[in-house]
Amino acid sequence: MATKNWPLWEVFVRSKNGLEHRHFGSLHAADAEMALENARDVYTRRNEGVSIWVVESKHITASNPEHNGELFEPAQDKVYRHPTFYDLPDEVKHM
Amino acid sequence: MSEEQIKNLEAQFEARIARDEKIEAKDWMPEKYRQTHIRQMSQHAHSEIVGMLPEGNWITRAPSLRRKVALLAKVQDEAGHGLYLYSACETLGISRDELYDQLHSGKAKYSSIFNYPTVTWADMGAIGWLVDGAAIINQVPLCNTSYGPYARAMVRVCKEESFHQRQGYEIMIKLANGTPEQKEMAQDALNRWWWPSLMMLGPTDAESIHTEQSMKWKLKRKSNDELRQQFIDQTVPQADLIGLTIPDPDLKWNEEKGSYDFGEINWDEFWQVVKGHGPCNKERMNARVGAWERGEWVRDAAMAYAEKQQQKKEKQVV
Ligand SMILES: [Fe+2]
Ligand SMILES: [Fe+2]
Repeated sequence: MATKNWPLWEVFVRSKNGLEHRHFGSLHAADAEMALENARDVYTRRNEGVSIWVVESKHITASNPEHNGELFEPAQDKVYRHPTFYDLPDEVKHM
Repeated sequence: MSEEQIKNLEAQFEARIARDEKIEAKDWMPEKYRQTHIRQMSQHAHSEIVGMLPEGNWITRAPSLRRKVALLAKVQDEAGHGLYLYSACETLGISRDELYDQLHSGKAKYSSIFNYPTVTWADMGAIGWLVDGAAIINQVPLCNTSYGPYARAMVRVCKEESFHQRQGYEIMIKLANGTPEQKEMAQDALNRWWWPSLMMLGPTDAESIHTEQSMKWKLKRKSNDELRQQFIDQTVPQADLIGLTIPDPDLKWNEEKGSYDFGEINWDEFWQVVKGHGPCNKERMNARVGAWERGEWVRDAAMAYAEKQQQKKEKQVV
C-alpha cells in the first residue's frame, strides 16, 4: 500500500489565445509540476491547448446546487437588466 | 428524509432527465443512479486500461515506423480514455484507489474481448477495425447520456476513436492486398476476432438485465441486438471490399429486412470468458497488477519528493 496517494488536480486548458481557460477534467499527480506534465499528456495530445492551469481539487469551493434557489433565482425577476425591457420608438434603428 | 420526500425527489430527478437536462456531480441523485454509474463508468475505464495490453504486445514489433508511431499513439489514447473516465467516475464520490482496488481484486469487470491473445501482427489490424469499430457503436450514443461528466468524457473519447478504427482497417487493407501469406494472416485474424467482436456488444436482449432503467437514464439508447445488427451491417461490406470473408456460413443479406441475417453466437464461450476462463484473463490481470505493484516505489518516491519540496518552500517563507 502506498504511503500516501497522489492528490487530485483539476485541469483547465486555454484552447487558443483569445479564449478563456476551460475545465477539461482532473487527474492525480504528486505535485503541481507533475500535474502540468500529466495534463499535457492526458488532455492535449492533439493540440487542444496553448496554456494549462492546474489547481489541487481541494482548493476549489463550489456552490451547492441545493442553494440554487436563493443564489440564482433573484436574477430571474430583474428583467430591467436586459435591453428588451426598454421601449423605444420604431424609428430608432441602431441601439 | 422521509420515504415520501425521496419519492418526490426521485420523480423530479427522472423528469429532469426526461427533459434532456444533464445531471452534474453535486446534484442530488438516487443512490441507484450513483451506483449504476460508478459500475458502468469504472468498467468502461478498466476496459480502456486493460485494452492497452493486447496491443502493447506488438509495439516493439510493428513492421514499420509508420505503423509503430500509429500504434503507439493509439495505445496512448486508450490510456487517456481510461483516465478521462476514471476522473469522471471519481466525481461520484469514489476514490481512484478504490476503483483500482476493484479491478485488481477481480471485483470489477472489464470488456471480455481483451482476454483474447494477439498472436500475429494482423491482430493489430483486426482489433482496430473490429474492436474499436464495435466500441464506437457502443460509445457514440453515450455522448448524450444524462450524467454530465460521463457525457463530456465520451465526447472526447469518440473524437479520438475514429483514427483507431482507420489505422486498423488500413493494416487489413495492406495485408489483404499483399502476398498470399499476408492475406492469409489477415483472414486468420478476422476469423479469430469476428465472433468475440459480436459478443462485445453484450448479451442478447432476452438475457440482458437492467436495460430498461439504463434506457431511461440514457446510459443506453439502443438494445444490444440493435447495436450488433448495426455493427454487422456496416462491417460486412468493408470485409467484402478488401476481399476477406466473414467467418459465418449463415451470413446472408436479407432483402426484406434490409440487413444481414447471421449465425448463432456461442454465448457459452462469452460467459466462460466473462467468468474468468478466457485464454488470457490471468495473464491480463497479472500484467496489470504487476505493473501497479512494481510502480509503487515510484509513486512513493514522487510523493516524498513533493512533500520535501513543499517543506522547503514553507521554510523559505518563514
Ligand atoms: Fe478507447
Ligand atoms: Fe480505441
